[in-house]
Amino acid sequence: MENRNIIEIKKLNVSIGGQPILKNISLEIPRNKITVIIGPSGCGKTTLLKCMNRLIDLTKKVNVNGEILLNNENILTCTDLPAVRRKAGLLSQRPYPLPMSIFNNIAFGLKMGGRSNPRMIQARVENYLKQANLWEEVKDRLHAPASSLSIGQQQRLCLARGLAVDPELILADEPTSALDPISSQAIEQKFFEIKDRYSIVLVTHILRQARRIADYVVFMYMGEVIEHNNAADFFANPQHERTKEYIQGLFY
Amino acid sequence: MRKAEEIFVRILMMLATFFIIAILLYIIYIVFSAGISSLSWEMISSTPGSGYYYGKDGGILNAIAGSVYLSLGSITLAIIIGIPAAMMLNVYCRKSPRFTLFYRFLLDMMWGIPSIVYGAFGFLIMVWLGMRSSLGGAIITVTAFILPIIIRAVDDVLQQVPKGMAEAGYALGAGKRVMAFNLYFRQALPGIITAILLSFGRAIGDAAAVLFTAGFTDSVPDSLSSPAATLPLAVFFQLGSPIPEVRQRAYAAAVILTVIILIISVTSRLITKKYRKHQIRF
Repeated sequence: MENRNIIEIKKLNVSIGGQPILKNISLEIPRNKITVIIGPSGCGKTTLLKCMNRLIDLTKKVNVNGEILLNNENILTCTDLPAVRRKAGLLSQRPYPLPMSIFNNIAFGLKMGGRSNPRMIQARVENYLKQANLWEEVKDRLHAPASSLSIGQQQRLCLARGLAVDPELILADEPTSALDPISSQAIEQKFFEIKDRYSIVLVTHILRQARRIADYVVFMYMGEVIEHNNAADFFANPQHERTKEYIQGLFY
Repeated sequence: MRKAEEIFVRILMMLATFFIIAILLYIIYIVFSAGISSLSWEMISSTPGSGYYYGKDGGILNAIAGSVYLSLGSITLAIIIGIPAAMMLNVYCRKSPRFTLFYRFLLDMMWGIPSIVYGAFGFLIMVWLGMRSSLGGAIITVTAFILPIIIRAVDDVLQQVPKGMAEAGYALGAGKRVMAFNLYFRQALPGIITAILLSFGRAIGDAAAVLFTAGFTDSVPDSLSSPAATLPLAVFFQLGSPIPEVRQRAYAAAVILTVIILIISVTSRLITKKYRKHQIRF
């Protein structure tokens, strides 16, 4: 039987240059739900997210131990990093399109996912651009540079590119923080639409955003997970003092 | 008071700019006005005839061909060795700060060594290998001389590739090879072309590195083992002549050298422009 959690984190400790960043984190991320990680700046939200696709390995002087089970497989001991990373699509704080055309940005993801048949790539590029609601805006200029898109369009391009590697997980690190309200809404709306096919982990510091879209909430403070629960219970009935204070807006 | 300061600084900057432009224009004026009268089709299309160095018939095709062969050969070698070396620093060794610091320090030292020292070094190696002064020997020497320039210049533009873009590539499951040659390379391409251009200018313009290693000959080199003349050496030797016509031809050779560099510069700018459109600017 398929585990109802896509990720199980057990006793995860991360330090960078000897400084502990994440302390003894144990956590489950439910499958096909939107899990929102909230907490004040510098509490380790992004670091936790980066552990889930091993982007943390790019950091200098980092030490990671514990277990992160993705579909019951410990990704921290896995040596095939590209394969681990392809299981997750990443949306960062601001969009980073690749220095190539709109079409090739998506095709790059497809090729990394092991697809090389040109006709199939053509069809899939269209498919993923449609999924990210970008197709109508770019269908006449697929070979224009990605840098010519607006920042909101670029973020949707990054979403389409992330979906193109055919991941099970979407990791989003404050994906709307650089966007205007309408583009932000488009991204949130998209998350709603795709959550029955993907498990989404979203880091945000916007409490209202968490209330709007979360199915499951993780609250972090100073490198520790203080509380995690399904969204309704979390907001209606927080268990810890810190959580209460945070969701009342007493500190950021 | 503020306004006076503003005006003062403004004037200072305008003077500095004017000064630079004036020097450049003056150099071009001197070289062209002294050389243009001796410049002829014969000068470009023929090798020195007998008595050329006494002011008689002939041209400097030998030096033009030698310079073009030499700079193309060494720039090709420098690209083949230099770009992977710079990629190594930025893609493969990102997490070994001590090694990269040491490596960059070495390269900076190599950059600072005067070209005559490379010439002497190349000469020693050639003696040791039993080689004659030749096009091949000069190519090796000039390659050694421009390698630190090209590596550090490419390294500088690779360092400007944003971290977020690298993360985006890795997050898509790209391996290091794909990262280096598809992502870093594309994003940095305009800068890489500038780096190549810079090295090309140094390769074609340097006289000291090839003084002992290229030899000098009146014929167009037909193999790597034959000696080669170069334009800077042609300028150097002819300028030292007591005969006015020969000295004038030195300036004509300088004009040709300047024009070659200009042509390379303009065409590579045009190429850069074509590729700049894909570069993501932040």
